[in-house]
Amino acid sequence: MAPAATAPRLLGAGAWPRALRPPLLGTATPGRARPGGRTLAGAAIPAVGEPEGSTDVSHNILSEPLKHSDFFNVKELFSVRSLFNARVHLGHKAGCRHRFMEPYIFGSRLGQDIIDLEQTAVHLQLALNFTAHVAYRKGIILFVSRNRQFSHLIETTAHDCGEYAHTRYFKGGLLTNSSLLLGSMVRLPDLIIFLHTLNNVFEPHVAVRDAAKMHIPTVGIVDTNCNPCLITYPIPGNDDSPPAVHLFCRLFRTTINRAKQKRRQIEALYELQGKEGPGARGQGPAASPSLKA
Amino acid sequence: MAAPCVSCYAALSYRLFLGGRVSLSPNQGVWKAAAAELQTGTGSQILRLRHTTGVSTKKNVAALRRETYTVDFIKKQIEEFNIGKRHLANMMGEDPETFTQEDIDKAIAYLFPSGLFEKQARPIMKHPEQIFPKQRAIQWGEDGRPFHFLFYTGKQAYYSLMHEAYGKLLEVEKRQNKLQAKGLFSEKTKTKDLIDSRWLIKEELEEMLVEKLSDQDYAQFIRLLERLLTLHCGSEEEFVQRFRRSVTVQSKKQLIEPVQYDEQGMAFSTSKGKRKSAKAEAIVYGHGSGRIKVNGIDYLLYFPVTQDREQLMFPFHFLDRLGKHDTTCTVSGGGRSSQAGAIRLAVARALCSFVTEEEVEWMRQAGLLTADPRVKERKKPGQEGARRKFTWKKR
Repeated sequence: MAPAATAPRLLGAGAWPRALRPPLLGTATPGRARPGGRTLAGAAIPAVGEPEGSTDVSHNILSEPLKHSDFFNVKELFSVRSLFNARVHLGHKAGCRHRFMEPYIFGSRLGQDIIDLEQTAVHLQLALNFTAHVAYRKGIILFVSRNRQFSHLIETTAHDCGEYAHTRYFKGGLLTNSSLLLGSMVRLPDLIIFLHTLNNVFEPHVAVRDAAKMHIPTVGIVDTNCNPCLITYPIPGNDDSPPAVHLFCRLFRTTINRAKQKRRQIEALYELQGKEGPGARGQGPAASPSLKA
Repeated sequence: MAAPCVSCYAALSYRLFLGGRVSLSPNQGVWKAAAAELQTGTGSQILRLRHTTGVSTKKNVAALRRETYTVDFIKKQIEEFNIGKRHLANMMGEDPETFTQEDIDKAIAYLFPSGLFEKQARPIMKHPEQIFPKQRAIQWGEDGRPFHFLFYTGKQAYYSLMHEAYGKLLEVEKRQNKLQAKGLFSEKTKTKDLIDSRWLIKEELEEMLVEKLSDQDYAQFIRLLERLLTLHCGSEEEFVQRFRRSVTVQSKKQLIEPVQYDEQGMAFSTSKGKRKSAKAEAIVYGHGSGRIKVNGIDYLLYFPVTQDREQLMFPFHFLDRLGKHDTTCTVSGGGRSSQAGAIRLAVARALCSFVTEEEVEWMRQAGLLTADPRVKERKKPGQEGARRKFTWKKR
């Protein structure tokens, strides 16, 4: 599975078809560094000042993680057993089931839908990997939810990662009309993470559709009554129980912090190498530096 | 604004002429096509309308755009203000180091006397922070990442305040749960008396956050703070106090005349009273037999009407001291009723010095210590009196 930034924008339900689908768009290109990325009005993302001749170095920094399938080792953060203990497999009653969630449902017990944790694990690994790559490339991550029970928790999580949160009333044109609402030269989020895809009236959150309109990739926890269609990396799972939401917040926080730390480490490493001189450039970082959880 | 009215007029006229259903879109193309149709349709009198269709409201007019001041500009203004303050102090012959804002105001009023009625239209020299409205600096850094983690909500200051307040609420609840679990929870209410303070009003909160709020937002915030207060939080007191303003209690402002002593050692107290155009001064003696003298004449002879004498006796009657004080008063101006009212006020004020604080408060609540502000209302043109209109004739 190539963690290509461009491949996942193809819509479709189910984990299996995506894994088997051949990478249509060839090798992964470092899309992040391209100017005119996420902003409105064609404003280029201002490149942080780098000395000449180090484009090779920055290219290396950005392309190195893309050569590994699980560069940040997100697989070790969770297991099917830990998901089960956090009650992630519990869905809503069969009457609330959304048609497009049927591929992800393992079965139904006493009228309550049970989500297939094997599929969840696969999707979760993909989503966490993608999040880590976005955080590594210094993207803006926005946590969105409209469930008031966990609003404070999600805002705290976002603050701890150094990212952004929006768990309040979502104004209509926030993403599509951002130059009016937020300012003329504002940079839009590069990834939106939905802890709850539905709003307080059990309708799909407006941000799902708007993010798709603005070509912003989304990661979302979809319960059995949610519509997974427009979400780039859906994670079928329970979004109502406190242990489940706490687990997901912890996972996202850990991945983002890990990715940022990795980036700092690699930049420091390259800086050291640059100081040592071009002669010592031969010994590059052969293996990824050791990770601390 | 003239522009939208003109385009509306054009639309209306168009509809009147053709009598068909037209959608009022501001799209210029539609209007030009419509105008061309009109021209070919009816006669030359409609040609007038052609010139009005190309109007569009430009919202970016300088008068409508809010002035944004850069940080450097404000800094420069502050420097200029400080230099100017020193020059002004030198001009007035004062010490530049100890030249306060009141001195500045007095100096400016002296150097630039203005006959304007509106105080805010007169020349002022104040610190730039008080003149230029507070504005928000640019919210994101060089790499485009916003500084505040709630930037994408649109109302970052308000929502971060709500987040903080809710966090404190959760902390307090957790602490109380722990104490209850250990059995150490005591119900003693350590909350300060909140009688002499009020919540911030919406405008004050907007000014504090430098952000527009809606009424519902404000109500929600106050509700959250009230909830925090009901939990008997001892440690979060100062957080809540930040959003309360003191309200001075009225009765504490009552001025009580000091008691004076004459040659025989008799205690007495003097004070003044006014009503309409009558002015009175009363001297109330501490001990006596209830005699009242007005302008040297006994009050029974000065005020033949019972009502006026009752007005004089009312302060004593209220305090149950009818036969215990002697009074001497002088009064001038007004008529009989207003003279009586003026003396009553003077006597009540003088009595305050012989009486306890509680009784003073009772007198204030009874209205004895308030000057009656009613004066004759002026007659207006087009009416027969102040309120009476001329007889209305149907035809």
